[in-house]
Amino acid sequence: MTIHLKIWRQARGAAKGNFETYTVEKILPEMSFLETLDLLNEQLTRQGRQPVEFDSDCREGICGTCGLVIKGTAHGPNPKTTTCEVRMRHFHDGETITVEPFRAGPFPILKDLVVDRTAFDRIQQQGGFVTANVGSAPDGNAVPIPKIDADKAMDAASCIGCGACVAACPNASASLFVGAKISQLSYLPQGGPERGRRALLMIGQMDREGFGDCSNHGECEAVCPKEISIENIARMRREFFKGALGGHDRKAATGD
Amino acid sequence: MSRILDAKIPSGPLADKWDRHEMECPLVAPANRRKFTVIVVGTGLAGGGAAATLGELGYNVLNFCVQDTPRRAHSVAAQGGINASKNYQNDGDSVERLFYDTVKGGDYRSREANVYRLSQLSMGIIDQCVAMGVPFAREYGGTLANRSFGGVQVSRTFYARGQTGQQLLLGVYSALSRQIAAGTVKMFPRHEMLDLVVVDGKARGIVCRDLVTGEMKRYAADAVVLATGGYSPVFYLSTNAVNCSATSIWRAYKRGALFANPCYTQIHPTAIPQLGDYQSKLTLMSESLRNDGRMWVPKAPGDKRRPADIPEAERDYFLERRYPAFGNLVPRDIAARASKVECDAGKGVGNTGFAVYLDFADAIKRLGRDVVADRYGNLFTMYEEIIADDPYHTPMMIYPAPHYTMGGLWVDYNLESTIPGLFVAGEANFSDHGANRLGASALMQGCADGYFVVPRVVAGYLARGGLGKVTTDHDAFGAVEDEVRRRYDALLAVKGSRTVRDFHWDLGRVMWDKVGMSRDRAGLEQAIVRIRELREAYWHDVKVPGEAADFNKQLEMAGRVADFLELGELMAMDALAREESCGGHFRAEHHTPEGEARRDDENFMHVAAWEHKGDGQAPERHVEPLAYENIEVKTRSYK
Repeated sequence: MTIHLKIWRQARGAAKGNFETYTVEKILPEMSFLETLDLLNEQLTRQGRQPVEFDSDCREGICGTCGLVIKGTAHGPNPKTTTCEVRMRHFHDGETITVEPFRAGPFPILKDLVVDRTAFDRIQQQGGFVTANVGSAPDGNAVPIPKIDADKAMDAASCIGCGACVAACPNASASLFVGAKISQLSYLPQGGPERGRRALLMIGQMDREGFGDCSNHGECEAVCPKEISIENIARMRREFFKGALGGHDRKAATGD
Repeated sequence: MSRILDAKIPSGPLADKWDRHEMECPLVAPANRRKFTVIVVGTGLAGGGAAATLGELGYNVLNFCVQDTPRRAHSVAAQGGINASKNYQNDGDSVERLFYDTVKGGDYRSREANVYRLSQLSMGIIDQCVAMGVPFAREYGGTLANRSFGGVQVSRTFYARGQTGQQLLLGVYSALSRQIAAGTVKMFPRHEMLDLVVVDGKARGIVCRDLVTGEMKRYAADAVVLATGGYSPVFYLSTNAVNCSATSIWRAYKRGALFANPCYTQIHPTAIPQLGDYQSKLTLMSESLRNDGRMWVPKAPGDKRRPADIPEAERDYFLERRYPAFGNLVPRDIAARASKVECDAGKGVGNTGFAVYLDFADAIKRLGRDVVADRYGNLFTMYEEIIADDPYHTPMMIYPAPHYTMGGLWVDYNLESTIPGLFVAGEANFSDHGANRLGASALMQGCADGYFVVPRVVAGYLARGGLGKVTTDHDAFGAVEDEVRRRYDALLAVKGSRTVRDFHWDLGRVMWDKVGMSRDRAGLEQAIVRIRELREAYWHDVKVPGEAADFNKQLEMAGRVADFLELGELMAMDALAREESCGGHFRAEHHTPEGEARRDDENFMHVAAWEHKGDGQAPERHVEPLAYENIEVKTRSYK
């Protein structure tokens, strides 16, 4: 196959960016999309030109590092897949494919297709954890957890933090990401005492980072490679209201 | 005469060693802890766990990773599970049995005391992770679920769907996040450690490159912990993430830390076969698939019929035939080599002939499609996306792939390398798995080292005192930084004709062909010559675009490949010196009449640790004799 790649180039965060088009030949249908970019970079390097910077690591859909907007869709046209899992058999010979970075104010571009998603880490640091010091935990079976709850927690926990939900949302809302973490912990008895505080703090940080509100477009769920359900956003809201109504939790979180 | 290494194993009965050692390790008083700075490189289960726990205890921790966030360390990719000797299934499991299975699985090339400690700590790991909100699989009664893995006959593996590594890592990441917010851990994502700084013989800091700006930076500390994972990408194609590298441990080796058993690489039996030479990696299919999948090849060589057209009588379920007691659940090295034997005999399937079938038809008949989907659904989806074939209807094609490296920096019982103050945890060290790692034990070791061992032993080191104040203005930092800069400038200055990937690919082919699943003297000697030629060519003909002071992925890779080109040679040398077959190390000259690995306990029951003697000089091989006092050393049999 021959593919034309129309790729966003931007030398650094502060620089002005633009699209450039490159042609890559001899692509096999079973190649992954990122392997096609590898091939392009080999070509550019040999020609003495600047390779395209993009992020990737595990290349099997679990680390969440890669993330591109391919043909206008975060992670590309296939449902339920990360960028690294997209295979070239989903494109046709001679096609021109537009490739852009995840775009959102809180995800500033570092170079070309690489964005900075550390805003997610800062949200997580506000309470996306159970306060449990190492070494004093009770036996794992001391607190039975219904299978259905454990499964629901796992559904939410499978979020890989890639940020596609933000890139797809017209408001650049991080609600699916935040909702997944809050939901996961709300299904488990562990960390119960800090539940309300967690919701208030994480959501507060999400706002401070400049992520928008959720207005139920559902684009986040549509692009999520891990099929995280939008139900988690509803659950996040419930947790928020419970937290807001819950006296000392709220005081601790907001300083009121 | 090479020196014999002292592992500093505490005396006394095996079962009491760690407890006693913990008692004997001096402590640092809470108010004094914040006066100590500890550098931790890596944020996987070992590194992140150590950083979070040290932070929790009140030390001042500087934590570094190459990823954009600590949550993406390669521990995230482990699928199948984590072992613990809880005996929740009442199938006769115990600390002793996990210890026995691990030592036997490692082909009697691991250290008894370390493995016993690992078995003891395993139970606490599960409890800790549950307390942190890790959503392990549960039974309907609410208790934790277990499954079995290769090399064992009990069900002791705890799991979170096929994403156990991810969930455990998210546990670590959340603990780390809590400490970052508390200010005890300062996190440096997108930072690559490029060298170690040794002052007065002790590890006192590191030099890093900020991967966004390209800036070189210096960090000083009272102790340094390396938890940077394994070095399988030396094979180019492996199951490891593309950013996995040996650079941190290799630089430490060149500063005086010994490198132990570099030739021990695990070739995992169940990966998706190689499809073409454009490929960037091999994708692992969890070993847990062998719980329900049956491996087979056609009985007749060259049989290219579709699997459905090959009748039952013309199939060879080679693992069940050769190893009736363990069947499809033999350890990884055994299964991998058995697959190679079949393919070498012309019975391999698929276009290349380098694949065998992993068949779920019986499991689907027995359990129903839903149960199979519940257990392995995500793996089936992943397979289908890559191969464009549905494993619910057609058997999967699998082939072995470089996976986990059991070798690494030599450490004593305190996980301290031969450089005082340099600790090494998780896959980056060599200690617990011997010549072969059993399934679901890497996560166990990462967590045990990170949460439980490192915090104690580092405290013990700091409490013993004698550490003067060292800042990054010290001459040693300047000298190391200059060296690092020169190295990078040299790479950029070559301006040759071949890309970094070209060289990496060539190295990978040499490693796979000659230093892979089975090795022989002639092949290893050829490999050493070939690697030297490649290294020579690299520094004369590599083409690295861009600048040092910029975001420059090609330059990052160039530095890593330069190190792989040195490490590859040491792996071949180690394999050549080890005139026996054991675990993942199979020397074609040393096998039984049935084709099984033949160990030579009389001459090789030791750890081989290599000392760097300067560039261009032969490294020196030292040994640590292994003593088995609590376990009977037997020929490993899974028949």
